[in-house]
Amino acid sequence: MATTPSFFDPSKAAVLLQHGHSGWLGTEYLDHGPNWVELALPWQEKLVGQPETGIIASGPIIAMMDMATALSAWTKRGKFVGQATLDLRVDYTRPARPQHTVIGRGECYKLTKSAAFVRGIAHDGDPDDPVAHVAGVFMTLQVPRA
Amino acid sequence: MSGLPDSPTLPPYAQAMGMVVDQLEGTTPILAMDFADHVQGRPGYLHGGAISGLLEMAGFAALRAHLDAEDSDRALKPINVSIQFLRGGKSQTTYAAGRIHRVGRRNGHVLVEAWQDDRENPIASAVMNILIAPAED
Repeated sequence: MATTPSFFDPSKAAVLLQHGHSGWLGTEYLDHGPNWVELALPWQEKLVGQPETGIIASGPIIAMMDMATALSAWTKRGKFVGQATLDLRVDYTRPARPQHTVIGRGECYKLTKSAAFVRGIAHDGDPDDPVAHVAGVFMTLQVPRA
Repeated sequence: MSGLPDSPTLPPYAQAMGMVVDQLEGTTPILAMDFADHVQGRPGYLHGGAISGLLEMAGFAALRAHLDAEDSDRALKPINVSIQFLRGGKSQTTYAAGRIHRVGRRNGHVLVEAWQDDRENPIASAVMNILIAPAED
């Protein structure tokens, strides 16, 4: 596991993933680096969006990417600040294969005092063949003092 | 809260999340989702992912209802979605409905809004592009 010289450790903050919506989805912490966090979303019957194919709904993938990118922003910032998702765009490049765990990698590529710009991919085994690309912005709820 | 007797069947994910068809507005279903721990993000507020899931289901349901009215059995697949989070979702029932802005032969363009106590002040909105594929595709 990569180490990050910061006061925010996503592997420990991942305890958040056990509660509320993330806990219900079954999201798990996988790995992180200085500005990225990787989570996993194991396939479950209750997450299916198309019963005839067993393909997972897009909602759980968005939720995981929201969490992975949010964690990546705190990781890059080196501390936890209250932040709200301003917008999130998702391109579904192909359906996730049924029964496969979906892996989400969120990356924060730019921080300002009031915003975090993020992007990421979701894949089901091959990072070079993503099921979705995401891009979004988080706004900090209180501008951190310099 | 229970669905209308003749409401469209929602997929397992939507049912597990607690989404129901609250009412029909013309042919467009208005979905409702009660607040519960399994849709919670930070304490007392809806998770953005849960709001997104509701918006998308409402968007698909709106396009499906529109196509069904034209006797279509084609499959719907998401191309992309852009979600704007306008205010925090509080611990109460959330509603969502889609408006069809354009339907072509290949894709549909749907605007979706989610609201709680005041429909004029939505908590989130989404623009969805949905592929309309032949049923066997």
